[in-house]
Amino acid sequence: MTSDVKERTALVELKDISKRYGTIRALEGVGLEVHGGEITCVLGDNGAGKSTLIKIVAGLHRHDGGTFRIEGEECRPASPREALDRGIATVYQDLAVVPLMPVWRNFFLGSEPRRGVGPFKRLDVDFMRRTTHAELLRMGIDLRDVDQPIGTLSGGERQCVAIARAVYFGAKVLVLDEPTAALGVKQSGVVLKYVASARDQGLGVVFITHNPHHAYLVGDRFVLLKRGTMVGSHTREEITLEELTREMAGGNELDDLRHELEHRAP
Amino acid sequence: MTAAAPASAPETAPDRKPGAQTDERLLKTSPVKRLLGRPELGSVVGALAVFLFFSIVADSFLRAASLSTVLYAASTIGIMAVPVALLMIGGEFDLSAGALVTSSALVSSMFSYRMTADVWVGVGVSLLVTLGIGAFNGIMLTRTRLPSFIVTLGTFLMLAGLNLGFTKLISGTVSTKSISDMDGFSSARAVFASTLNAGGVSVKITVLWWFALVALASWILLRTRAGNWIFAVGGNKDAARALGVPVARTRTGLYMGVALGAWISGQHLLFSYDAVQSGEGVGNELIYIIAAVIGGCLITGGYGSAVGSAVGAFIFGMTSKGIVFAQWNPDWFKFFLGAMLLLATLLNAWVRKRAEATT
Repeated sequence: MTSDVKERTALVELKDISKRYGTIRALEGVGLEVHGGEITCVLGDNGAGKSTLIKIVAGLHRHDGGTFRIEGEECRPASPREALDRGIATVYQDLAVVPLMPVWRNFFLGSEPRRGVGPFKRLDVDFMRRTTHAELLRMGIDLRDVDQPIGTLSGGERQCVAIARAVYFGAKVLVLDEPTAALGVKQSGVVLKYVASARDQGLGVVFITHNPHHAYLVGDRFVLLKRGTMVGSHTREEITLEELTREMAGGNELDDLRHELEHRAP
Repeated sequence: MTAAAPASAPETAPDRKPGAQTDERLLKTSPVKRLLGRPELGSVVGALAVFLFFSIVADSFLRAASLSTVLYAASTIGIMAVPVALLMIGGEFDLSAGALVTSSALVSSMFSYRMTADVWVGVGVSLLVTLGIGAFNGIMLTRTRLPSFIVTLGTFLMLAGLNLGFTKLISGTVSTKSISDMDGFSSARAVFASTLNAGGVSVKITVLWWFALVALASWILLRTRAGNWIFAVGGNKDAARALGVPVARTRTGLYMGVALGAWISGQHLLFSYDAVQSGEGVGNELIYIIAAVIGGCLITGGYGSAVGSAVGAFIFGMTSKGIVFAQWNPDWFKFFLGAMLLLATLLNAWVRKRAEATT
């Protein structure tokens, strides 16, 4: 599977990317490859540079060094809008939605369909309501009422609305910032199902997480970050869950930790 | 339930009531609960209470002439409360709004008096200057990222100073010279400060301006893309920015909306008489905010309505004039206004909690 994929141009390709905030080196020499119909997982502990990496991909920050290619073409998106226009949609863990707004307004926020001419151009409310309902149904969420404030949905459902929105607006690459971090076991499962369903629809997915178990359930490629540098980049065939967990936890550090904990237990 | 079910949703309804979605679980939400979810509910209940109260204590309150006085008082506040409410839904304050009304009137009057023979030129120049000040507020806010409280407090003080300073410099006194003998004065007065007669009841033209602004603002809020952006910028500006909403442009637009209201109010102030007192307007900015908050605007942004601000302004008008009709000492007015603000805010918070807990 990987051999023929490699011949295609990656949807998003980062090579040797670096980013500094003043005197702080946030990223150094990080690479990332995203293909359609594949999930690339970015793993790392807090402060490893995961957020910086996706902010570069999402167009919130610009990289200082290295190359960033979208479908083979080098670029430096200057705003989230520009990244969106090039097919990269980012779903943030905490700032994906506006809680007090109805679901349908949230769904179309920033890309509202309109009808009418000139000063009488207005939101196509009927279409927006209908489409929101249908698109969420397609993802398996059967909403009672698209008029309810999105803040009344559960965390998992909100993530799914954001994912459904990105898919609907024709994203080619979906960047998910720790979509399962704040969720319970069952909710995480629901979100992972939607991630997989987005992949099956042909999207390239970047899945940021610090949970190797979640990553291994759906991932095709794994990039491991630690303190701003890349400590590992593997395809699924090259690595087992045990190895991934071990690497993620810091290899030898994990052995030390296990040793220490075993010692304590009688 | 099928995806096509909501196709029959009524598109004319300007409120956020749901379409004809057929879902058995929707039966649980009664029309009453729908009503409870409206931002202006608390203010409507409050307005009814105030209306009943003054109907009982003041015999003259229910006369047509009294009602027209109340409406006029409400409209002078309401014209500003509408854009201020929009701004608050967008998550910001404008403390310079009261002084800006006077600035707008002063610019119009002094420019006409000094530079031309036609008051309409002054009116036009005043529009440009006022919108410019609104844009200044917005751009300062988005560029410096200072809180709007500080930015507009600064503008407020500067405007209050400029109003007095310039007027004294140019007119020699604290009020402007009369422009009543200039060209276009009567037509300008007809537009900004006339009294219409509708079936024996006199209605000030500001009431029409007010109603038109409420309708326009409601249309913008509920049925245009800009309205969606206003709610989003006030509700969660980071999410809005990440989704490609032009946050800075939306905010600047909102401040210019306040400026537009200030221009209308300012011209009314000028053409009601023929001269302007340069110290007027200071303190009114809080009354606009109070009207918006009584009308259900959330002080933290992201929630509220234009109709609510109109109800808030109406409560203001009823209270300020009702006290006079009841022949009480008008000194009590501020006490009433303060109590009303607290009660309305509590009621709104309670109503919203109830409405959002429906699952």
